[in-house]
Amino acid sequence: MSLLETHKLRKHFGFLHAVDDVDFIVEQGEVLALIGSNGAGKTTLVNVISGLLRADGGQILFHGTDLTHLSVYDRIRAGIARSFQIVNLFDHLTSYDNIALPIFSREGKTRRLTSLADKDGAVRQEALEVLNQYGLESKRNVLAGVLSQGERKLLDVAVAHALHPRLLFLDEPTSGVSTREKAPIMDIITSVVRSGGITAVIIEHDMDVVFKYSDRIVVMHQGTILAQGTPDEIRRNEQVSMTLLGAPALT
Amino acid sequence: MPLASDAASLKRALAIAIPIAVVLILIPYVVPPYHAYLLSSGLTYAIAGLGFNLLLGYTGLLSFGHAAYFGMGAYAVAFLVKYFKIASMEAFVVGGVAAAAIVAAVFGFVCVRYTRIFFSILALALSMVLWSLFLKFYWVTGGSDGLRVPTPTLLGGLIGNPEDKMDFLSGPYYYFVLVLFFLAVAVMWVIVNSPFGKALQAIRDNETRAEFVGVQVRKYRWIAFVVSGAFTGLAGALWVPANGLITPDFVYWTFSGKIVFFAVLGGFRTFAGPVIGAVVFNYLEYFAVASTDYWQLVLGTVLVFLVMAMPTGIVGTLGRLALKLRSAS
Repeated sequence: MSLLETHKLRKHFGFLHAVDDVDFIVEQGEVLALIGSNGAGKTTLVNVISGLLRADGGQILFHGTDLTHLSVYDRIRAGIARSFQIVNLFDHLTSYDNIALPIFSREGKTRRLTSLADKDGAVRQEALEVLNQYGLESKRNVLAGVLSQGERKLLDVAVAHALHPRLLFLDEPTSGVSTREKAPIMDIITSVVRSGGITAVIIEHDMDVVFKYSDRIVVMHQGTILAQGTPDEIRRNEQVSMTLLGAPALT
Repeated sequence: MPLASDAASLKRALAIAIPIAVVLILIPYVVPPYHAYLLSSGLTYAIAGLGFNLLLGYTGLLSFGHAAYFGMGAYAVAFLVKYFKIASMEAFVVGGVAAAAIVAAVFGFVCVRYTRIFFSILALALSMVLWSLFLKFYWVTGGSDGLRVPTPTLLGGLIGNPEDKMDFLSGPYYYFVLVLFFLAVAVMWVIVNSPFGKALQAIRDNETRAEFVGVQVRKYRWIAFVVSGAFTGLAGALWVPANGLITPDFVYWTFSGKIVFFAVLGGFRTFAGPVIGAVVFNYLEYFAVASTDYWQLVLGTVLVFLVMAMPTGIVGTLGRLALKLRSAS
């Protein structure tokens, strides 16, 4: 059984068919890249699967369970987490608190009113480990709002990762950062994801990043899936090259 | 709160809080009785400010209707006196907090479905509904004449029936208020530093992301609303025996504006801001009323000055000054 399957998933905005009867499959343990030109429907697809947008039709099955009509909260409990294309952090909280909160949430401890958050040793230790994994331990007391863009991107992913998801959507984890910073950021992210056995779907525009870090690639175009396959297969795919690059594939 | 400086920040907080606590304990011995009474009123307002700021400073919700919970706490006390012949201050506190929490639970259920201006206006509208009920159901509430609340007994009747009310208010009652003020500050401090408090701050900063880390945003806002209402109800319950009378004026929108003023004056981005703001406001209002017939003009001018010159309030401004002095030295 695949980890995630969508059947004829649909999201329309008036006449715009952002996601049009999409059958999308994610296998357990893979790092999948979701690519396509601007407006292809990648982010909308992730928004619908993660619950940010309601599907107009179709079905979302996560490990066989129908999530189509569940709330964001229930999808997170089921094991789906995501980061955002535009960094979405708690800017007036420290990096540490940004990480501690999803851990408290995962453990069902955010309902606690009568204990001090900083005195929870287990959460504290785990939060510091997560910060360490993402190379942010020295920034633990820094407000998220004043971190550099690269650090914010990493923290954004770390917040989602701290939920211990089974499926992690990363929406353009290197957008807005310099070319020099991209590889180190992706190295950290993929190393953490692979070592934790997390299945990841990465939306990305940078083809170097896509080919280097993904096991499989799904190409979207005008709300539908144009092609899917291994990086080599996609690299050789004439239709993909003509659609995305406007040039024939290099063989 | 920074991890590495946990102990240091706690020490700093205690270094400020302990001298203030000592001064508050000694106040009745060093100032005239009326000023001790005035300070106890300021402390009850401070409890309301604490409750209000759980919503504004920590959850990002500006309520223009908190007079409802202050008034409900006060009216609950008056009802206990009128209909149950109860005179125990402890019963007043329990009754006032419970009544305000129940009203906050109902109003909050409606309000937390909205944010920003829609939340603020809805909170205001509901408080005005309560105001009109207190005004129009005069056979129950005394209408515009309000209800009288006699001097209560304290500690299950051990202290009560004073010969001079001002001696009672500036002595035993002052300490009763002071103990509950300390308790309220301690409880609120724990709440805002609890995992729940962190979740509220996350909602304030980024509602969408909070939802995507598994925080049930609407539910948590509602809990914050109820806690906030309960604190404000406690303030109303403590305030009304000292005032001796509750009228619908204290449920009217202008009183809600006063509670907002506490937070703006002290600074709603800090824990202590609304507490300091409430006490300072109480004195400011007292001196303005005593000095001129145009006291609203004085308060209005202060508010305009604050917003323009000290947007972070008294505590925020003092904090910035302290930071400058520290970096200069």
